[in-house]
Amino acid sequence: MSLGGASLLLLAIAALALALGAYPVTPPLLATVLWSKLRGLPETNTAAATVIFAIRGPRILGAMLVGAALSSAGAAYQGLFRNPLVSPDILGVSSGSALGAVAGIFLGLPVAGIEATAFIGGLFAVLAVYGIAAAVRGRDPLLVLVLSGVVIGALMGSGVALLKFLADPENQLPAITFWLLGSLASFDRGDLLVVTVPVVVALLPMILLRWQLDVMTLGDEEASALGVNVRLVRASVVAAATLMTAAAVAVSGIVGWIGLVVPHIARLTIGPGFARLLPMATLLGAGFLLLVDTAARTLGTIELPLGVLTAVVGTPVFLLLLARGGRGWS
Amino acid sequence: MDRGLAVSGLSFGYHRRAVGRDASFTVAPGAVLCLLSANGGGKTTLFKTILGLLPPIAGTIAIDGEDTAPWQARRRARAFGYVPQSGAGQFPFTVREMVLMGRAAHRSAFAAPTAADHEATGRALESLGIAHLAERDWLRISGGERQLALIARALAQEPQVLVLDEPTANLDFGNQARVLQHTRNLAAQGLAILFSTHHPEQAFACATEVALLHRGALVQIAAPERAITSETMSLLYGIDVEIVSFGASTKACVPRG
Repeated sequence: MSLGGASLLLLAIAALALALGAYPVTPPLLATVLWSKLRGLPETNTAAATVIFAIRGPRILGAMLVGAALSSAGAAYQGLFRNPLVSPDILGVSSGSALGAVAGIFLGLPVAGIEATAFIGGLFAVLAVYGIAAAVRGRDPLLVLVLSGVVIGALMGSGVALLKFLADPENQLPAITFWLLGSLASFDRGDLLVVTVPVVVALLPMILLRWQLDVMTLGDEEASALGVNVRLVRASVVAAATLMTAAAVAVSGIVGWIGLVVPHIARLTIGPGFARLLPMATLLGAGFLLLVDTAARTLGTIELPLGVLTAVVGTPVFLLLLARGGRGWS
Repeated sequence: MDRGLAVSGLSFGYHRRAVGRDASFTVAPGAVLCLLSANGGGKTTLFKTILGLLPPIAGTIAIDGEDTAPWQARRRARAFGYVPQSGAGQFPFTVREMVLMGRAAHRSAFAAPTAADHEATGRALESLGIAHLAERDWLRISGGERQLALIARALAQEPQVLVLDEPTANLDFGNQARVLQHTRNLAAQGLAILFSTHHPEQAFACATEVALLHRGALVQIAAPERAITSETMSLLYGIDVEIVSFGASTKACVPRG
């Protein structure tokens, strides 16, 4: 599959997602509403306009942004850590953001406040992991980084468990549980801004450093001998990928597997060169989460949790990759 | 001013604990210096220090008379081409993409490869006779082909000095000879070459000088015939060795016993 093919696929999924739901929006109806909006004509079909611009549209864009963010962050981490089994969870970012958000819910903060605490939690986790890795010297730095990520992630997870234990079982506990499962049900236009800005800001260093990232996959010594400023590139890309992950987790909760499986599939389709891998991972991640989110809101009479759906899809795909990819992870 | 690589009074090691002390030698353009050392003799640490991957504890490393201490990774990568023992790449890049990575130091960090980069990549593949491998998956070629690709990548760096860390380890007999042949040719084209090996007779085949590194000290630097004797080999490897000659130039080291 080429980048053009992936773009078309994403457009098709978006059209499908817009059409499906309690109020179906057919392509002709969509064209009519968009046309009158573009020309500034008075709205004839206000119900359709509300669905497109206020409800389904933002949620579709949100799903694409969150999927793209998790997937490109995963692609960057996998290259940096030279391990295709690595995902945004590796630096404890997801768990840190989760603890932040749960603390926000626990304190009864408004949605914007919850997003802010999720963000702070994610950044705190990655700084803690980095601090530990910097303090422990004389060992394989990547191993230390990955292990500190696991340890900090576990600590954050026990923080979440404590807050759940303390939470009011009538109101807070269901909200926390629901959020932890991952959902875009309450995504609105305000959230769109909250997630777009950090994702775009974080994409920039990844795009700029795309050629250096290829060299980084050879390991510190070879990359350094080939003229790459290893520390600077790693710090910039880890910061960018972490920002993306925190922004995604802040608006959608814990949606696992995308950062692990989608970059892997992107690499299978277009090769490991980051200049092509990054756009491919972005497109496929956006399309995948949009598809999953559309299924989540249309399959049952109630919304299904996103994290559960991505796990159901992700686990067999991952096992398949594991079974056939033992050699060299191509 | 010395042309090529000049190392003087170099102490090298990790975290200020010296593995080796007071190493001094030069490698002029066109020369091939073969470094012999037993396992744990400090060879890898010395190479890493010369390449700037480890800070030196004392002493200087100069290229064409210019001290390399203040150089950034980019500047170093244009002076030193590095051929690791076996590439650490884990992702399925093509051989061409792998060699193209040798050009990273020749453009700004944000820039895409230029036409000049692609030309240099093509030339490097040609000069090692592996142009036919260009589109093959790096992970699916043989060890010998991979070693040649790594040498091509180092050539694409357009360096003055080529540093090869045990380039023939893990290679079969034919590929060992092939790599040594290329090493000789590259020196003839004006590169200064520093390589290490565990096979002393390889020094007879392609080195202009041999350096013996014993427990962190350079005990001798001389022409292969003078440096490789039963005495020095016994000192280095701790076994009795006989140097056997076949005809005028071919020699072999045979353990006695």
